[in-house]
Amino acid sequence: MVFSASGGADFSPRPVEPDPLAGQGGGVDNRPPVAVNGAVDGIHDLGGMQGFGPVVVEPDEPVFHAGWEGRVFALVSFVIGRGLANTDAFRHAIERLPPVLYLTAGYYGRWLAALERLLVEKGVLAPGDVEARLAGRGPSAGAPPPAGAVPARGAMRDVAARPRFAVGDAVVARSIHPAGHTRLPRYVRGKRGVVTRVHPAWVFPDTNAHGLGEHPQYVYSVRFAARELWGDDADARAVVHVDVFEPHLDPHR
Amino acid sequence: MPDHDHDTPGREALRAEALESLLREKGLIESEAVDAIIRHFEEDVGPMNGARVVARAWADPGYRRRLLEDATRAIAELGFGGPEGEHVVVVENTAGVHNVVVCTLCSCYPWPVLGLPPAWYKDPAYRSRVVREPRAVLAQMGLALEEGVEVRVWDSSAEVRYLVLPERPAGTEVLGEEELAALVTRDAMIGVAKAKRP
Repeated sequence: MVFSASGGADFSPRPVEPDPLAGQGGGVDNRPPVAVNGAVDGIHDLGGMQGFGPVVVEPDEPVFHAGWEGRVFALVSFVIGRGLANTDAFRHAIERLPPVLYLTAGYYGRWLAALERLLVEKGVLAPGDVEARLAGRGPSAGAPPPAGAVPARGAMRDVAARPRFAVGDAVVARSIHPAGHTRLPRYVRGKRGVVTRVHPAWVFPDTNAHGLGEHPQYVYSVRFAARELWGDDADARAVVHVDVFEPHLDPHR
Repeated sequence: MPDHDHDTPGREALRAEALESLLREKGLIESEAVDAIIRHFEEDVGPMNGARVVARAWADPGYRRRLLEDATRAIAELGFGGPEGEHVVVVENTAGVHNVVVCTLCSCYPWPVLGLPPAWYKDPAYRSRVVREPRAVLAQMGLALEEGVEVRVWDSSAEVRYLVLPERPAGTEVLGEEELAALVTRDAMIGVAKAKRP
């Protein structure tokens, strides 16, 4: 039904920049292309930030707090399920919202703003369509329903190559700051960890979000000691497991 | 707080309605199907599904083994699966290890067994702090762990979705699966609480 990345569904592919890191480090030539499309070190990458206060729990919370929240959730499900945009592109649309809006709009407020923006970017709606509709004007000036959208089919893929890393391998998360979408959280970049589990391969969000292809990659559960991440004052009896895509890891010798 | 239905429609409600009408006219959605999705997530999926999985694992050692080996398949035995549940990993709490789940980058969560996440799971406070000072966050949320217990935080940063298998409470040896499931809360399966005592 919904929420699965799909290939071939992006209507506005962006230029592929040569990968400045290709050929370095592990000598892997088949690194996926690098996207150049706006900020990634954004407000959404929250792990380790401070100052947000205590966790506020709402007792007996409803699934949706208002009717529009459920409708926005379902609209996004359709847009992704029908292949009009993929999950990674939708996540990136949220990440590109202005930081103040991100923090103040509420969860489904972020979804609504990101959905509007994405539909315009994909050409499904024309700029100003929503305003015109709010002003009571007639049908959309946008393009007709796009042809060639491929329904989503999940993001797990078979990969012919063997996984580069094995359980027990010492690894270091690459210190990258790409100008596009990525699922490598800031707080592990440059940090050393150990592979504890080799997961299947999935579509690579860093390219798929930008219409640069699926480039499926193995994912590893990497265990980082809290002290490696946060310094010597951190909890000696705490670890953080992060799921890292293969191109974001180097061996640590 | 967001505006509510019974008030005058707020900005978001109006924009969402405008967006829905535009997509409907293009033939991309049908309002009945939108209603069906909302109903599905309000009624059919939720922590009651995960509670059945946990209760079965407590009651049946063979199922527990299968669940820890291949959670996606073991969960499918009970009829649960689908989006955001295509690859589930279950992590087990013991006397010496406590697991807790987060998605620091967005809101990844195992929908088929827990439904949609609560607001606090998606808010900055939890996402920012629990990877940095998990013991303090758990204590603030009402779960004081013993000093020697190791805390393992699972950040769902890719497509794996995590479910915590809480410890079976003492004094539940005589209970059946249905009674056991009633002790298993959403928070216990995220790892910010323990299962209830009978």
